[in-house]
Amino acid sequence: MKPLQPLQSPGPRQTLQPLGPLGFFPGAPAAAPAREALGGKVSWGRPLLLVPILVLWVLVYGQLEDFSRVLAFQVLGLEPGSHLGQAVQFFAYDTPKVLLLLALVVFGVGVLRSFFTPARTRRILAGKRESVGNVLAALLGIVTPFCSCSAVPLFIGFVTAGVPLGVTFSFLISAPMVNEIAVVLLYGLLGWKVAAIYMGTGLLVAMGAGWVIGRMGMEEHIEDWVRHIRAGADDCSEGALDLAARVQFGLDAVRDILRRVWKWVVLGIAVGAAIHGYVPEGFMADVMGKGAWWSVPVAVLVGIPMYSNAAGIVPVVHALLEKGAALGTVLAFMMSVIALSLPEAIILRKVLKPRLIVTFFSVVGAGIVLVGYLFNLLF
Amino acid sequence: MEIQVLGPGCPKCHQTLKVVQEALAQAGVVAEVEKVTDFQAIASLGVFATPGVVMDGRVVCSGRVPTHAEVLGWLGK
Repeated sequence: MKPLQPLQSPGPRQTLQPLGPLGFFPGAPAAAPAREALGGKVSWGRPLLLVPILVLWVLVYGQLEDFSRVLAFQVLGLEPGSHLGQAVQFFAYDTPKVLLLLALVVFGVGVLRSFFTPARTRRILAGKRESVGNVLAALLGIVTPFCSCSAVPLFIGFVTAGVPLGVTFSFLISAPMVNEIAVVLLYGLLGWKVAAIYMGTGLLVAMGAGWVIGRMGMEEHIEDWVRHIRAGADDCSEGALDLAARVQFGLDAVRDILRRVWKWVVLGIAVGAAIHGYVPEGFMADVMGKGAWWSVPVAVLVGIPMYSNAAGIVPVVHALLEKGAALGTVLAFMMSVIALSLPEAIILRKVLKPRLIVTFFSVVGAGIVLVGYLFNLLF
Repeated sequence: MEIQVLGPGCPKCHQTLKVVQEALAQAGVVAEVEKVTDFQAIASLGVFATPGVVMDGRVVCSGRVPTHAEVLGWLGK
């Protein structure tokens, strides 16, 4: 497509992207031009700076538990066995822990993401067979940069590039649901097993639901105008980013995501801490325990109209689990809240006819219910 | 010069608009900046990852918020 050639800046296509201001702290001056990157010269200063930061990270992380005890029981003088003491210690331990983990993983994923632009993902998926495509799409959903309002343009881009409908859905399900924020928070608050289970089953739901939708042959339920759009031009070329640019990409991701989610994390952990300290054990067992067979579908149905990002929901999930709710039920609730939402349905309505939206929600909802039952059986 | 900022209206799209306007102000370039929010219009420009920036009909960026320095570069400053 000639008319939409990406603009190349003067030099050959080396470092086109001086990716952002120096420093990654919110207060950093946005106007500071990254001059050294403009010249196309590899700058090693910043990547090397990461080493002492990493060492510091490890040192601080190791001290968090002791720090929280000292703060709660010595500085504040709370009774170790008391409700308030427990709640405060929980909060003082979990908040910095989760934020530190989040910073590290978001940085890593950010660097990884500099390799996977949406355009590249689209190229990889175009022309893939269904089954292979579903698996690949779900996996790419984790690493491709994605913001929820990008869902519709991306959908159009995929479909017009010849990515099969079912494969497109696998991507659209996995991208918001299986993300680094959800996994880090689950790991930080509930341990690596729950994080791995969530990630694994989230991918399975994305692959399975996408495959089923693909089988149903619902292509004619895409809005007509979408099918008439010509295949699009490629996005602006990222060129070959050098290491410094990729590191900058990661730092930008950390700044961007931490700035967006820190208040949710703090709020969520505060709610979690209150429940941890004050709500009696087994409180949720009757309603969300294994004994209540109906709790899985109800949890999914309740979760659909709700919308929250992973940062807000995980601490609540943590608290529910701790008070006796069953793992499968809680995971199903979390997936339903993150993956399916009313606002999403309204946005998707622009490109999908109602029947396909209903099908999409039903298939994904059913997949999540299955996952919920499976885990209630297994654990 | 004609500049279009593409995006349905999420925080990243607003931020893109802001970055572009600030860069224009700093560079002293007079340009018509239009915000395109309609999905159909965005798609027909060939952009499938928002936010996107189009200058005089050419897609210069899509899928992320450009930096101040980048925008200055596109403006030839």
